[in-house]
Amino acid sequence: MRKLLLAAALAIGLGAGWAEARTVRWSASGDPNTMDPHSQNVGTVTMVLQQIYDTLISRNQDLGLAPGLATRWEQVEPNRWRFWLRDGVKFHEGQAFTGDDVVFSITRAQQPTSNYAIYVDTIERSVQVEPLVVDVITRVPDPILPNKIASLMIMSRSWSEAHNATRPQNTRAREEMYTTRNTNGTGAFRLQTREPDVRTVMVRNTDWWGWSEPASRESNITEIIYRPISSDATRIAALLSGEVDFVLDPPLQDLNRLRSAPNIKVTEGPEVRTIFLAMDVHRDELLYSDVRGRNPLKDLRVRQALYQAIDIQAIHRTTMRGQSVVTGTFFPPQVNGYSREEDVRLPYDQARARALLAEAGYPNGFEITLDCPNNRYINDEQICQAIVAMWARVGVRARLNAMPLAPFFAKIQRDDTSIYLLGWGVPTLDALYSFQSLLRTRDGGQGNGIWNYGRYSNARMDQLIDIMTNQSGAPRDAAIREALRIYREDIPHIPLHHQMIPWAMRSNFTIPHMANNQPYFRWARMN
Amino acid sequence: MAAAVNRFFGSDLWWSFTRSPVTVASAVVALVCILGAVLAPWIAPHNPFDLASLNLSDAFKPPAWDEEGAAEYFLGTDDQGRDVLSAIMYGARVSLLVGLSATIFATVLGVSLGLTAGYAGGHVDSVLMRICDIQLTFPSILVALLVDGVVRAVLPREVHDQIALFVVIFAIGISEWPKFARTVRGSTLVERNKEYVQAARVIGVPSVRIMFSHVLPNVVGPVLVVATLNLGLAILSEATLSFLGVGVPPTQPSLGTLIRIGNDFLFSGEWWITIFPGVALIAMVLSVNLLGDWLRDALNPKLR
Amino acid sequence: MFAFIISRILQAVPVMLTVALISFAMFAYVGDPVAIMLGQDFTEAQRDQLVRDLGLDQPFWVQFATFIGHAAQGEFGLSYRLSRPVAELIAERAPATLELAFTAAALALLIGVPMGVYTGLYRNSWLSRFFLTFSLVGVSLPTFLIGILLILVFAVWLGWLPSFGRGDTVKLGWWTTGFLTVSGLKALVLPAITLGLFQLTLIMRLVRAEMMEVLRTDYIKFARARGLPNRAVHFGHALKNTLVPVITIVGLQLGAIIAFAIVTETVFQWPGMGLLFIQSVGAADIPVMSAYLMLIALVFVTINLIVDLLYYAVDPRLRIGRGKGGH
Repeated sequence: MRKLLLAAALAIGLGAGWAEARTVRWSASGDPNTMDPHSQNVGTVTMVLQQIYDTLISRNQDLGLAPGLATRWEQVEPNRWRFWLRDGVKFHEGQAFTGDDVVFSITRAQQPTSNYAIYVDTIERSVQVEPLVVDVITRVPDPILPNKIASLMIMSRSWSEAHNATRPQNTRAREEMYTTRNTNGTGAFRLQTREPDVRTVMVRNTDWWGWSEPASRESNITEIIYRPISSDATRIAALLSGEVDFVLDPPLQDLNRLRSAPNIKVTEGPEVRTIFLAMDVHRDELLYSDVRGRNPLKDLRVRQALYQAIDIQAIHRTTMRGQSVVTGTFFPPQVNGYSREEDVRLPYDQARARALLAEAGYPNGFEITLDCPNNRYINDEQICQAIVAMWARVGVRARLNAMPLAPFFAKIQRDDTSIYLLGWGVPTLDALYSFQSLLRTRDGGQGNGIWNYGRYSNARMDQLIDIMTNQSGAPRDAAIREALRIYREDIPHIPLHHQMIPWAMRSNFTIPHMANNQPYFRWARMN
Repeated sequence: MAAAVNRFFGSDLWWSFTRSPVTVASAVVALVCILGAVLAPWIAPHNPFDLASLNLSDAFKPPAWDEEGAAEYFLGTDDQGRDVLSAIMYGARVSLLVGLSATIFATVLGVSLGLTAGYAGGHVDSVLMRICDIQLTFPSILVALLVDGVVRAVLPREVHDQIALFVVIFAIGISEWPKFARTVRGSTLVERNKEYVQAARVIGVPSVRIMFSHVLPNVVGPVLVVATLNLGLAILSEATLSFLGVGVPPTQPSLGTLIRIGNDFLFSGEWWITIFPGVALIAMVLSVNLLGDWLRDALNPKLR
Repeated sequence: MFAFIISRILQAVPVMLTVALISFAMFAYVGDPVAIMLGQDFTEAQRDQLVRDLGLDQPFWVQFATFIGHAAQGEFGLSYRLSRPVAELIAERAPATLELAFTAAALALLIGVPMGVYTGLYRNSWLSRFFLTFSLVGVSLPTFLIGILLILVFAVWLGWLPSFGRGDTVKLGWWTTGFLTVSGLKALVLPAITLGLFQLTLIMRLVRAEMMEVLRTDYIKFARARGLPNRAVHFGHALKNTLVPVITIVGLQLGAIIAFAIVTETVFQWPGMGLLFIQSVGAADIPVMSAYLMLIALVFVTINLIVDLLYYAVDPRLRIGRGKGGH
């Protein structure tokens, strides 16, 4: 009887808890370096800002498109998309949301200091047709505009103008502006405290339009406290000892321990991110090699040898502890355009690799420097170490140059590399984003080859990418298919795997696992 | 030579050594560490630098006495399939090399400057001692971090990696010299006014010669004590720098580097990757410190 | 007295200038501010304009003077990494480091002195031997290893104490303190032990050596001969005399504690200046590095000055013997 009473009391207690404060303490290794929604297009920034800012089109839990600040959208003409906006939405500081804010946000994201240009690159201009209807006019027909617009966060024009923030913060020029530390979105949470590197606190925006949506109805989170902990061991210790409720990036080696720990659960799933090696196939002589007068990586046989020397299953099993999906292509199945038939790896075969090197004129191998980040992707440095050892066995003497992401990106962005490891995520969930950034010849066209630091250039590939940009339907699908075949045969990259992303949390916390590695606290629950 | 050996074994020092079991034990431990480190290329079971010999499928093997362990890898393997025992031996080699070189560098610099200051006196003395004062108040680890940081920023990465070992040696050595200079200066001041030195001066022996042949032998004892205690500190400084990721280059991992890397696996059950290098580091530093402690007491007649 | 203070301050000036020079060299040349600020696309005219705006076309000593002028006002520009004024960043993190350093020093003193006195008085008791061995282990254990082990035992296995951060803090004006909340105090325990252990062993050994030295002196022997009780001799005479050098060393070690906080803060993710410094080193954030350097130098110089003044106040010999050189 007593037990029953106790249970009843507990149940009531839990029921009453709905209205109580539910704080989730959350941690990951990195801290966002700005609160400006158009300045830095990196996961550590968006993981905080997407709690605060809404987009016209949002994503559902399967990353499909769902109504956001726009309730409906349509391609009314080939070069014109129309968006019907949600009525009665207010920014956190009280300004009413209108089409003018959309026009402003698009223009702001097109400024030179924006890092979000790739999402608005085809847009010529946008007009407010009615207070709550906006037309976006594109230079070319853009079938995937909604996928791109889904990444564009909407700001208030009057607020931005009042605080001198009509263009995105230029982090490269080391300027501080109001938006570095202040926000004013329409989203589910409001920024309350921002202490860089230490603590970021967000509180529930009770006026948010989405709380009545089915997916958010169950959510009871009233406060989010984010604290970055860069040391893996410390972050896990904090979770185990109950000081944080949710860790976005638990180290792989700790997963088994976490799974067996009481009160901790691990959810996992694939991420839309592929890890590969890219090579300098442009220079006539490599910057970091002992081969003089020619570039071995220009030889398909050498690229193939480096490829086939890698025992990817061993990396999958040991370095990644099973938390990866081995691949022969450069984006995962969630991305539009993926083809199972083209996702085939060259087999691991050291003898073949040695033979290919000998055939290409390097019977004794050669020296090369592998540039590798050491704090960007899951176990990035360890993967590189393993690859260096595997290459050593076929005679390629690679020197590993592992460094933190800031100097790493600075180095490869100067094309100052011979071979490097990169991980590529696809926020638009469409193949074009990957093809255009990574493989298109860098000819100055907006978005063309902006991450193609090996300067791969293939005329047919460029044609196909242009078809992807301008056409839709069957011709576009065929172009993607052919481009994937060229990728497989021409080996501009050595593909490795798609990342799996485990999330670790206390058992009483629930949050849907997302393939874009972004936690959406609007769907989370704390019991 | 034989006479010298006999004299040593008949000396007070040897007597006090044999009377202290802790000292004997630490001498044995120190000797084992040093031999293991110096002879690593010949006696280590594997060569952790031979990349072609690494096999990823041998990674994360626990120590041999564990059920899943392999006899081939006595202390287990790390995340790349590297033998932990061999890595420790090679790592100790780097730690010892840095520690010894830094200490020798600091000794030579400190002794020369201390002799100069003590013997010359006057302005030279006050300037040198003022520098000492200033530097002694800056903790060595900060000086070392600073030197390393500046060199790192000035030199391109590739060049830096090649000379990183020397940078660390220099950084640690330069932060430790004032202790030697202080000690030597004090002793020199005492010796300078003794009659035999005055006499040598009068008959026109050059200053440099007086300093090195008459004064120096009398300060060897205290210098030896400071050097021994300093060796332990230098090894620790190197480990700390490497732990912070600014020490020796990753291609030449020291014990500190091994601990830093292993630290990631501490909570995941693969404790041997970090604990064994940690134990090796502590054993090495502790034994050296115990020896230094004993040496100080043994050479200080007041404490007997 | 006044002349003494002045001479000491004058001696501190070249130190600060030297450090400022190193800071400035890092600031002006290592970071190549022009390249960083221009980005990728620029014209020669823009470049020249920027060089003029930044004053980089001025002679070296003018630039240096400007730098010192700015530094004296706490103006070090913006952090490359966080795009915020460096002075603000450092001011935000200073309380965390200072509270940690203070607690560690207090811990070292409160435990180290009694242990030192005990081992000095009872040289051969087993407890003394234990203390001495413990202190040697303490000296031989690297700080980071102690921190890692403490986290493993007290945070992960036993779950008694937090493993990272400062816990809840209370704002008192611009100062944030962890002393006023339970979680703040709990968070302080492990980092303070980690940071204080080395100083603790150092103080213990120092007090022991001083005690032994003093106990041998004639006036203690005389006090004993007078028939004073042991208690009075030990604490009234001996300890009092050992404390002067001990306080000096503790004062000087306060600087060492602040510097070693870099390691402790890294292990415990303690949001202080040391962590900021290491993060800046990783990101080549030169303005923060050079500002931190200047600040630490200032702290050291100040502590030295205070210690010197205390010495002057305590030790009458200094007042007469000054100027003869050496002490």
